[in-house]
Amino acid sequence: MHPLLSEDAGKNMLLLGNEAIVRGALEAGCAVAAAYPGTPSSEIGNNLFFISQEKDSPIYFEFSTNEKVAMEVAAAAAAAGVRSLTCMKHVGMNVASDVLMTLAYVGVKGGMVIITADDPSMHSSQNEQDNRCYARFANLPMLEPTSPAEARDMTVAAFELSEALELPVMVRTTTRTSHVRGPVELKTLPEEVKRKGAFEKDPRRWVPVPAVARIRHKVLLEQIEKAKALSEASSFNILSGNGPLGIVASGVSACYVEDALMELGCADKVSFLRLGFPYPFPRKKIGAFLKDVEKVLVVEELEPFLEEEINLIARDLGIDVQVMGKATGHFSRMYEFDPFMVKRAIADAAGLELERPKRPDLSGIPTLPLRPPVLCKGCPHRETYNAVRDALKELDLEEKAVYPTDIGCYTLGLLPPIQMADYLLCMGSSVGTSAGFSISTDHKIISFIGDSTFFHSGISSLANAFHNRHEFCLVILDNSTTAMTGHQPNPGIEIRPPGYDKPRIPIEDVVRGLGITDIHKVNPYKKKDARSVFKDVLSRGGLSVVIAEAPCILYYRKFGGKK
Amino acid sequence: METKKILFTGVGGQGTLLASRLLGQAAMEAGIPVRVSEVHGMAQRGGVVESTVMLGGLKSPIISQAEADILVSFEPLEALRALGRCSAGSTIITNTVPIVPFTVDLGQAEYPDMDYWLDFMKNNFARVCALDADALAKEAGTTRAVNVVLLGTLISLGEIPVSRQMMEETIRQNVKPKFIDANLKALGLGFERAGC
Ligand SMILES: Cc1ncc(C[n+]2csc(CCOP(=O)(O)OP(=O)(O)O)c2C)c(N)n1
Ligand code: SF4
Repeated sequence: MHPLLSEDAGKNMLLLGNEAIVRGALEAGCAVAAAYPGTPSSEIGNNLFFISQEKDSPIYFEFSTNEKVAMEVAAAAAAAGVRSLTCMKHVGMNVASDVLMTLAYVGVKGGMVIITADDPSMHSSQNEQDNRCYARFANLPMLEPTSPAEARDMTVAAFELSEALELPVMVRTTTRTSHVRGPVELKTLPEEVKRKGAFEKDPRRWVPVPAVARIRHKVLLEQIEKAKALSEASSFNILSGNGPLGIVASGVSACYVEDALMELGCADKVSFLRLGFPYPFPRKKIGAFLKDVEKVLVVEELEPFLEEEINLIARDLGIDVQVMGKATGHFSRMYEFDPFMVKRAIADAAGLELERPKRPDLSGIPTLPLRPPVLCKGCPHRETYNAVRDALKELDLEEKAVYPTDIGCYTLGLLPPIQMADYLLCMGSSVGTSAGFSISTDHKIISFIGDSTFFHSGISSLANAFHNRHEFCLVILDNSTTAMTGHQPNPGIEIRPPGYDKPRIPIEDVVRGLGITDIHKVNPYKKKDARSVFKDVLSRGGLSVVIAEAPCILYYRKFGGKK
Repeated sequence: METKKILFTGVGGQGTLLASRLLGQAAMEAGIPVRVSEVHGMAQRGGVVESTVMLGGLKSPIISQAEADILVSFEPLEALRALGRCSAGSTIITNTVPIVPFTVDLGQAEYPDMDYWLDFMKNNFARVCALDADALAKEAGTTRAVNVVLLGTLISLGEIPVSRQMMEETIRQNVKPKFIDANLKALGLGFERAGC
């Protein structure tokens, strides 16, 4: 049995934040979940996937082809009264945002929880956008845990809130809350989970044509007013200590504050407001807090989300309080924080001495060799890159070549000695940007996209490329898995996790179905053959697709023998 | 309760995450407040993998410059890279077996003279244990138990409130049955033969 299905209520488990979210969903009786993977959210989907593969699993889960689809699957289940969840990395929310903005208008019946896992410092992402802004943008309530135990509690609470307000509720983590382990005391799993609901038709609610949308926008604003009352009263917004210096923080920043107060020994001389239910802002609570302090330090990573609101509240209530944060240079809008950074800011604000522990002189340490991430030994992507490069060399086209690329293990082709990744925006961008380069330059355009990314957001752009007669060669790197994020399945895979019996969609059929005829398949390990196919294709103009088919070697080792 | 900030560092595939998880598990079973942080994602690709174990009620998942109480490094170059996170009062445990990065072969930088730098560590930090954890793991029956050897050494120092017995129990409960004996042996060798 999957460990997260443990019936041992009262037992402590050392869970990852992401695992705690899964446990919370199970304890809340969530019956439908859908996701597209992405670090730092991936372990949520991975665990749900394996749980859903169990006999008599209490939950349906699917890896959807992208975040938008996943959110739609979960939204409809919730509209039918079934509790549902979707999770994604921060940029996944951009893909799903078209759903999100209007889902907020029509709302839900069964509880629906949206997990967004942000990545300050971009440990494994292309940007560090702050998805708290989506809560404000879409007008949806949001909770922000600081520990695995709280991640479980908040997931459960989010389902309840969602049902009470008939709105989806966001739970926002960051890398440092998703990937931290801590004890979680298990609570009981429901005896019965509502797996089937019934959709009650109500076109004046569920079909937001303009006349309906106008009504629903009003409803949304009324609901978020009610949510405000709930955040004012929420036990997730905790006030502690009492002193002229105020501190406001949420998420992992609140952890740094707590440790700093302990280490500085000033916990009781500082008023600390920890916001676990930060949106809608508990304005009254914050206002009362501001009245009691002389100055306030706002500790939050990325955007000045709380800070700006605190400034507004102080102005609206005519409170004379000094607000310290990003605008005042106490903290940066970039990158994640660390404990010392927060401790120093607090010590400065509190007028306390703070010294870093003494460190021996390390200035003699030479420049150390780095260990940048690389493609695994024997990775098929490397062979494909080599074949393309060799073909271009033989055609004397290497100088002219530009390589729009995409997101996956193969993006590591950026690094020497390969260096065949020239332009990247987001998942799927290889295809659309190839079109742009092909009409605006005389370069030879060869772009790369992975199989999972192709299903995520490559297909409609390839239809566009064919229809609008763009000329480039798209190489689809079909390694039979979503490797980068931990080997999740996708619709095209030939090698499958045990028990995975969903129908396969061969990529070649999709491409052919779009009307493209210049299609080839290569095995990148057969170097000579692969090179000659690329040579042939690249010597022509027009739109061509080469599918380089060879499994990811790590994935093959895991599941290759078991069909 | 006294707090301890323990930093584990190593190279992808060496089992740093499992080590921090086992220590976290043992601490939890012993009723010690604990948080463990892990690096996921690109880690498998031969990069540097760091994790932390925070004992005694600390809430922060990561460790700032000069603030680690104990550094446990699975590879000597990585110990050197992580020295900035230690203070003069820190304890350092390091494996002495190098894993040479491919950037050295590409000529981008040299692998440092570790004999010199291990001496430097011994002369400048409060307590330093350097051992051939690969050899001890091999002796225990599996080269993959380098992580458990180092856990044994860590526990032998008596600086954290986790005993050898507790760790043995955790290994029995969390390691696949066929690897339990080798891991217990590795723990014992790391405990007894660290030479520090
Ligand atoms: C919108 C969005 N969702 C998810 C991710 C995370 N992510 C990065 S690469 C990738 C999948 C890569 O799979 P594939 O294209 O098959 O390439 P592979 O890693 O297998 O080579 C994912 C899910 C992202 N960067 N953006
Ligand atoms: S995980 Fe697979 S696809 Fe990614 S680099 Fe390794 S072999 Fe290549």
